[in-house]
Amino acid sequence: MSQVETASRKGQGQSLLRQPNIIYGLIGLVVGYAIGDWIGGQMASRFDFVAAMDYNDISVYLGYILGTIGYIAGLGFLSYPFARVRGVPPSQEPKTDTGWKRYLGLSVDHKVIGLQYLLGIGVFFFIGGLNAMLIRTELLRPSAPLFSPGQYLTIVGLHGSMMVMMVSSIILGPFGHYLVPIMIGTKRMAFPRMESLSFWLTPLSGLVLLTTMQYGGFPTGWTGYPSLANQADLGMDGYIFAFALIGMAMILNAVNMIATILNHRAPGLTWNRLPIFVWSMLTTSVLMLLGPPMLLAGLLMEALDRTASTTFFLAPSGGSPFLFQNLFWFFGHPEVYILALPGFGIVLEILPVFARKPLWAYRLAVAGLVGVTLLSFMVWQHHLFVSGINSDLRPFYMFTTELISVPTGFIFIVGMGTLWRARIRYTVPMLFALAFFFNFLIGGISGVFLSDVPSDVSLHGSYFVMAHFHYTIMGGLIFAFFGGLYYWLPKMAGVTLNETLAKIHFWTMFVFFNSTFLPLFAVGMLGMPRRVSTYAPKLETLNEWVSISAYLLFCSMLVFLANFVWSLFVARNPAEANPWHSRGIEWQLPTPVPLETYEQVPTILAGPYEYGIPNAQPVIQLGGPATIAGD
Amino acid sequence: MDDRRMLTRIGIVWAVLSVIGILGVIFLLGPHMPPGRESHNASDQTQVNILLSVIMTPIVILVWVVFGYSMLNFRQRGEQIEDGAPIRGNSTIQVGWVSTTATIVLFLAAIGTYELVEIGSTASGAGAAGGQGPTPISVPTDHPLQVQVIAQQWQFTYRYPQYGGIETFSLVLPVNRTVQFNVTSLDVIHSFWAYQLGVKADAVPGANNIAFVRTKETKSFEIRCAELCGLWHGYMSARGEVVSGAKFSAWIQRQQVLNAPAMHYVPPYRKIYFPQPYGRAG
Amino acid sequence: MGLALSVGLIAWYIVGYVWTLPPTVTISNTPGSANLTLQTVASYGRPPHPDWVSYLVKNEQGQWVHSTVWQVPANSIIHVTVLQYDGASGLRNPFLSQPRGVIGGVMSVNGRLLHVLPDALASHTFTIPDLGVNVPLKGVGDNAPNQCAVTPCTLSQAHVTVKFAFRTGKRGWYRWQCFVPCAAGWIFGNGGPMQTVGWMDGYLKVV
Repeated sequence: MSQVETASRKGQGQSLLRQPNIIYGLIGLVVGYAIGDWIGGQMASRFDFVAAMDYNDISVYLGYILGTIGYIAGLGFLSYPFARVRGVPPSQEPKTDTGWKRYLGLSVDHKVIGLQYLLGIGVFFFIGGLNAMLIRTELLRPSAPLFSPGQYLTIVGLHGSMMVMMVSSIILGPFGHYLVPIMIGTKRMAFPRMESLSFWLTPLSGLVLLTTMQYGGFPTGWTGYPSLANQADLGMDGYIFAFALIGMAMILNAVNMIATILNHRAPGLTWNRLPIFVWSMLTTSVLMLLGPPMLLAGLLMEALDRTASTTFFLAPSGGSPFLFQNLFWFFGHPEVYILALPGFGIVLEILPVFARKPLWAYRLAVAGLVGVTLLSFMVWQHHLFVSGINSDLRPFYMFTTELISVPTGFIFIVGMGTLWRARIRYTVPMLFALAFFFNFLIGGISGVFLSDVPSDVSLHGSYFVMAHFHYTIMGGLIFAFFGGLYYWLPKMAGVTLNETLAKIHFWTMFVFFNSTFLPLFAVGMLGMPRRVSTYAPKLETLNEWVSISAYLLFCSMLVFLANFVWSLFVARNPAEANPWHSRGIEWQLPTPVPLETYEQVPTILAGPYEYGIPNAQPVIQLGGPATIAGD
Repeated sequence: MDDRRMLTRIGIVWAVLSVIGILGVIFLLGPHMPPGRESHNASDQTQVNILLSVIMTPIVILVWVVFGYSMLNFRQRGEQIEDGAPIRGNSTIQVGWVSTTATIVLFLAAIGTYELVEIGSTASGAGAAGGQGPTPISVPTDHPLQVQVIAQQWQFTYRYPQYGGIETFSLVLPVNRTVQFNVTSLDVIHSFWAYQLGVKADAVPGANNIAFVRTKETKSFEIRCAELCGLWHGYMSARGEVVSGAKFSAWIQRQQVLNAPAMHYVPPYRKIYFPQPYGRAG
Repeated sequence: MGLALSVGLIAWYIVGYVWTLPPTVTISNTPGSANLTLQTVASYGRPPHPDWVSYLVKNEQGQWVHSTVWQVPANSIIHVTVLQYDGASGLRNPFLSQPRGVIGGVMSVNGRLLHVLPDALASHTFTIPDLGVNVPLKGVGDNAPNQCAVTPCTLSQAHVTVKFAFRTGKRGWYRWQCFVPCAAGWIFGNGGPMQTVGWMDGYLKVV
């Protein structure tokens, strides 16, 4: 107790400059970058090809690497490892309590990290959205370019990269880190410092992505294919480095999440009682652990190709561009399920609360999540159906890709079953959860078309694919994200969001999202390839409609932003402890959640979905394992 | 109202809407379904698309009807929070769902595999038009016309090895003929997409990607690059033509005369060309 | 508040970056014909990229401008003179060694009319794919005296003069590019200036 008091008193009076935080991190970043840049210049600037290009890839990479080290040091992540090297015994850092300053640096409080993630990722989500507006502006007219096509390609690449890289953690970050320890009855994640590191690498990666514009941008889109990547300007190195950072952050996140869920569950929390959201975090983490290493391998090879004159991907010297495609998509396909599974978890978490019914066929839902996880490693060649892979492989991957729609379908039957004979309350989170099912159905069905090779021959690389993944990722994940945000923000931030603005946000977002992306299926089927700034004149009307819808969709996000900023920083109406009357464990705690969450190890007495069950036990018994009831 | 009656109602609504939906797909959407019927392969692909749409329609309608029915009828009435029926699951429905979806998936996979593997003597199937790499599943037996598609940044050129390796800027094909496209690239990955012919094959440097088409109608078609290849990727488009056999011969002869000065310097025909750091790929 | 400011700054930075088409240089406003005079140099010699190869255009006032977006009249004959100051690197696809889409099917190289250029002698091409125009530009010999290194190059320095003419049709934006992989330093030569509007790629704005 007293240790916490001392720590909190320390935290209160500290000036911003006395402890490691983001300001020192940024200074470290700049200093490290300058040193790396200088070393690279010393090493490589006398080579002919470097002089002819006016670019030095080596100094950029060294700059980024040393800059990252400086950034991490400035934030204070190196002090504990160095202390251990000096012989200081291992210790657990106490959480400091108060003030907005704790959000600016290394924090071992998983609740703080959750909120840091929310703001950190949110910023890049909006920047990615801004890029999308620029893309749609260019696509208003088929000729008469507005932007230089090279810059346009960089904006396309930035939009894709920011969205995929940053948004991959949009649920696991804010909600996973904040809620998983609470939901399993523990007061911290397994590795708190590593948890904070995995957060701080994320905005760094976003910053590196933004610097690519300074260096000539990158022309490859978010997939980074060679041989185009070998001949690209310096911005390509920024893309490679940013993606590598995110890959590492993913692996760190995954290790932490899996260790926590496997080892830190409170007594009484059997696998049968685990909230479905925690199941989705566990399965997502398995994907996050096994996919990114392949990505890192591919990116490293690409970096070496660009700096050390290796030829991993250059055909004339014995390499193969196919190799990168396979390495990338071995990660890339699990990546898109990293984006989809948390969405499943959130909507299946929300549905029972507002239907006031148990989650129908709980085990089937878990089987769906696990099945998707396992199968997602066996389907990646469907991105390469017309690339010239061995023709004998195509029937196999077609089969596995179509098979993955079966576990995905489990989520739908579970949703349908949960709503049967329910007592539905149409709150804003529920609206988003229901919209998820509508959108993901369309996205999933379009996926069936793409998985069928004869159909894919015409659809690959067209706007049909674009519409498919926007429906599943944006219509799925982002809608689930907003549902989760409206559901959990009263607990996480202690304030209520304005309900009228929330409903306006939902309806405008739903209508304009569909009006933006539904026509894109038609546009793709009519022959427009992806990542182009010009198109056949007959498609002009459709593209104009889509662009205007996209602007209105962005406006709906601004409505949300206004609501968020107003409610959080201006109106600040305090929320009650359980506004949704939910049985979830997190809702049995007071708002705001106490610093140490659980003073004593709690006991879990029943599952969180026992609505309407006569004589159901309360879900949790706070105050220690006096008796362990049920099993 | 008990479950059986509600499900019967839902079943009837679903059946009616599904029939309307399927008829709509076949008769309203069918004639306009891409990629059209300008080649035999494209026709096959269109048939596959129609079949997929027909199978997907009842599934989508089922989900919509069940969700819609629940959302309309199972609502909380009044301010008091009420609990719903404590149903944990229903093994009949669960087993039924799993087995039905698995069966549909197996059926689709079987059809798709058939379309990929059956190539016949004229390679007019749906899957034959997608790039199959250097060793396609089987080669048609009717001596296809060989056309090499050379993709470079940022234009396609074409070579006809059976006519002395003549290279041209435009793609002209004879009608009612099986054509074998050998697609390759001189620099980065592009993709040769002949939309109305239903052909798409990635052009990879150092690799030969084979796709087939059996032409059917004497019309023109759109060619686009379908893989991001750099600055002018979106502008890398052209129109190709399918003409009668006589017109094709005349055109080839004209090209051989017109392009004779350039052909003097063009390297001999090969399946793959390797670009040198500077200078000619050969 | 700080967050909003930084987002605003980032937004302004992105928009500023993306709006960077080079300025349009008007070649002629009189319909019927126009004279387009270009020069190609081995190194631009100035920031932002002193070592990059580039095209330059002569505007109506007779000054050399570093822009590759040119405005010409529709339905006209454009007479092009290219002052070629760069050395030869050779065509990747020798099929482009024949002038096409030009009036008479010939180009004039230092006064001689040629139907084809040996592919190894090409230094650049001027190609407008949508108009079917393609002209290979002969390179300056490696041991020619008085070679120009840095813009703007003058007529007293070693160069090859290539002249040709083509017709414009409908109004619109037509892209043009060079097809010789001439970007020194990049592997296989198609990076940097070859991929950037304002250097070896551009637009012909036909009005």
